[in-house]
Amino acid sequence: MTDQQGTDLNASPDRGGPAQPLVIARALKRYFPIRKGLFGRGKGAVQAVDDVSFTVRKGETLGIVGESGCGKSTTARLLVGLADIDSGDLIFDGDKLGATLTHRELWAGVQMVFQDSYASLNPRMTIEDTIAFGPKMRGVAAKQAHAAARDLLARVGLAPERFAGRYPHELSGGQRQRVNIARALAMRPRLIILDEAVSALDKSVEAQVLNLLADLKAEFGLTYVFISHDLNVVRFISDRIMVMYLGEVVEIGPVESLWKKRAHPYTAALFAAMPSMDPDNRTEVPPLAGDPPNPINPPSGCRFHTRCRFAEEVCATMKPAARPVDGEAAHMAACHVLDPRSGHTMAGAPGLETADA
Amino acid sequence: MSVTAETTMEIAREEVSGSSRGYWHEVFRRLRRDPVAMACGTLILLLLAAVILAPWLALQDPVTGSMIQRLKPVGTPGHLLGTDELGRDMLSRLVYGGRLTLLLGLLPVLFAFAIGTALGVFAGYVGGIFNTVIMRVVDIFFAFPSILLAIAISGALGAGIVNSLVSLTIVFIPPITRVAESVTASVRSLEYVDAARISGAGPLTVVRVHVLGNVLSPIFVYATSLTSVSMILAAGLSFLGLGVRPPEPEWGLMLNTLRTAIYIDPLIAALPGVMIFLTSLCLNLLSDGLRSAMNVKD
Amino acid sequence: MRETLLEISGLNVRFSGARTVHAVNDLSLSLDTGEVLTILGESGSGKSVTLKALLRLLPEKRTAIGGSMKLDGIDVMGLKGRALSDYRGKTVSMIFQEPALALDPVYTIGDQIAEAVRRHTGASRAQAMDVALDMLKRVRIPSAEQRLRNYPHEMSGGMRQRAMVALALACRPRLLLADEPTTALDATVQIQVLLLLRELQKEFGMSIIFVTHDIGVAVEISDRIAVMYAGNIVEEGSAAEIIRDPRHPYTRGLLAANLHDAERGSRLEAIPGSPPPLATKPDHCSFAPRCPHVTPACLKALPPVFRPGPRRRVACVLGERAFTTAQQVPVHEAAQ
Repeated sequence: MTDQQGTDLNASPDRGGPAQPLVIARALKRYFPIRKGLFGRGKGAVQAVDDVSFTVRKGETLGIVGESGCGKSTTARLLVGLADIDSGDLIFDGDKLGATLTHRELWAGVQMVFQDSYASLNPRMTIEDTIAFGPKMRGVAAKQAHAAARDLLARVGLAPERFAGRYPHELSGGQRQRVNIARALAMRPRLIILDEAVSALDKSVEAQVLNLLADLKAEFGLTYVFISHDLNVVRFISDRIMVMYLGEVVEIGPVESLWKKRAHPYTAALFAAMPSMDPDNRTEVPPLAGDPPNPINPPSGCRFHTRCRFAEEVCATMKPAARPVDGEAAHMAACHVLDPRSGHTMAGAPGLETADA
Repeated sequence: MSVTAETTMEIAREEVSGSSRGYWHEVFRRLRRDPVAMACGTLILLLLAAVILAPWLALQDPVTGSMIQRLKPVGTPGHLLGTDELGRDMLSRLVYGGRLTLLLGLLPVLFAFAIGTALGVFAGYVGGIFNTVIMRVVDIFFAFPSILLAIAISGALGAGIVNSLVSLTIVFIPPITRVAESVTASVRSLEYVDAARISGAGPLTVVRVHVLGNVLSPIFVYATSLTSVSMILAAGLSFLGLGVRPPEPEWGLMLNTLRTAIYIDPLIAALPGVMIFLTSLCLNLLSDGLRSAMNVKD
Repeated sequence: MRETLLEISGLNVRFSGARTVHAVNDLSLSLDTGEVLTILGESGSGKSVTLKALLRLLPEKRTAIGGSMKLDGIDVMGLKGRALSDYRGKTVSMIFQEPALALDPVYTIGDQIAEAVRRHTGASRAQAMDVALDMLKRVRIPSAEQRLRNYPHEMSGGMRQRAMVALALACRPRLLLADEPTTALDATVQIQVLLLLRELQKEFGMSIIFVTHDIGVAVEISDRIAVMYAGNIVEEGSAAEIIRDPRHPYTRGLLAANLHDAERGSRLEAIPGSPPPLATKPDHCSFAPRCPHVTPACLKALPPVFRPGPRRRVACVLGERAFTTAQQVPVHEAAQ
């Protein structure tokens, strides 16, 4: 079945070279039809991911932030092939999924760690069996797979002689998440998607797992897509950050650049909503009113215009295109204010928000 | 100091939560601490042993009676539980009758468990149009009360043990399919199934390794709760003359033929009913105990 | 003119059952009228159990509670029957993490608030509905008249949380208990609810005990912070004191783990290990097994409680002095 019969798994080779992005997502779209009635006739759809494009470079960590319903988890499931892409292309190291790349081949390179550490482990399997399962499916002999599983357990900080035979309910949340990381690593992936992987952990345990993730990245030469709602964590771990709102990318850029200048009003609001750490300088005015709208019938034009304090007529009618911020090609935002020809009265102004405004 | 060693030390300081045990080991440990379930289990086992070993228990012939020995009361020397309206030994008839009654209680559920689980897991895992077709057919069967359905099918097929087995199996397939479908659909949405899929395992392997192991026990517990129903339905069919035929002893049939004796010796007439009641109660309580014992997580 | 509203002394909560858990151990705490106190702690620290004990919500069969709780002159432990149900809702009320579970799905928001008002004040139906409408306006629910007739499932998460606040405050309790009420909310909604609670607290002059695991949330909401670990308070002080002069090694670890100003790509000063299972009542410092400054004395007896200032306390042998940079160096090395 595979060329690694009976031997350890090797990471799939780098094919496109260092300049080729590991992942290119081009105009990804995924709608979930809402089933109603006896025969499940469609009644509208949740526009979970709509026209999302971005790249993940080799060796970087891309952070994805946004609120509930913004499509960050669906994006993760599209990247790892667990959800079907309605339209758009997913290109992994130069190979397009569905054309020159099968799902099975994609899974040789991409793995995922989920938020719920308990639901992501089979309660009837010992953790050693769980970790060894994937490699065995790829043709590694049982003996090697189990030896490798025990090595990985040690590598993620769980002494195999004490933990290998345990069941998930006998572990703490932090320990279970270490097992999930080891299970992903066992497949020797090049990209690991971490979907809120540390969000459910206590703060002190979260720090341990973040340290572990940093070590593993260096040791195995991994690339991460790190999804979280916690901006502090995303800032700490990511090289670049992508901000999503209602199924669309509103801003993407390097961490430093984004922290210096939040070009999109939503990014600015999201940052301003972080609790202050200064008791003498607490937040006085909430940056946004109300809840995020329902992704079933998202607002027209710029989807943020219903909550944006800079919204004008053009925002409700025209969808803004992503444009470089301050001429920096790596930092893009989709806001009419950045486009001098959009017709927005503030268009071409030097920018809405700067750091620590 | 290497980072690995550091993280290992971090963990090594953590509390050990006892040595690990297998799932079934844990279930039986918990079941043993449930006195009601243990008592019911013991009674069921005794009954099973008695009916299986009936030919070696030195009982009297359950089929041939004596006209002068009719309707002797409970406690008659030589007839511990008295005799029936044809002078046959009640103890012997109850033990031999239990063979058929239990068989008709357990076998249909066992068959329906196999067929219903297969259908339900398939519908729940694959979803889509297959799910719609299977579950709508199940719904149609659900529209009829189970006893009516059993009578209708038995009536169409004719009386007899095999036909009773078939009709009861058909009656129990829909509820088991429905339970199997719903637990499979909920397990299907859990992330360990996603994790298994992205490890490259095919659907059959995912179902065998990751789904079946986690859905069989709730379906099994549900099925055990159906055995008492099945037994009562089987007795009911025989009572109505659609199941076992005389002179073969069977509890439902015995209840029917002893009807006429209810004014002469009500205790004797009630005995088969008492057996049906006790056995189905024990099966239900055992199934309850099993259900809570299998909920290892809490 | 500070007036003590709540005085908890020597509170002990022990759960028995399949496993024994000493959830709260000799906890003492005082709260002034009009004060907002945050109990900061991780899962299993006993912070939610303390709130439930205060409302007498713990199952009596499997729980052993010791110590005393006095609220506004009421002996909470001695309450029974009618007095207890008056106390819950009228004197103290609570908001929860999941409003979807705390609100009754089969009644409208208006009916639920009005029902609570009528039960505690004996107002007429019409009067109670007026109170409900007024409360919905106070929690800034837009088009309150229509929302009155909404069922919980017809509202968004943030709206439901506001409705729960309205329900909790409808009878003007002296004390509001808040159990992680913003944890399940999105960031932009969380800050709205926090600011709302701050405003309502000033408006009604009530006290709040706010339970959270998030230091940032604690800073936004509270006057004082009590850090809880393994069923007891390890450090207490004003929000500024806790943030600027944390003295207990656990508080310092939590602050570091918040990553607020952690340098990108640096190694985090993670607290190793995980909290104790509390199968037995602690007879020495519960944090000692994870502490970078552990001394033999820490493992022999419970730590001394230092009181470096008014209403400030630290339960640690090192609590006497502020941490100096000289002391911080070994912490850093230990983490490397």
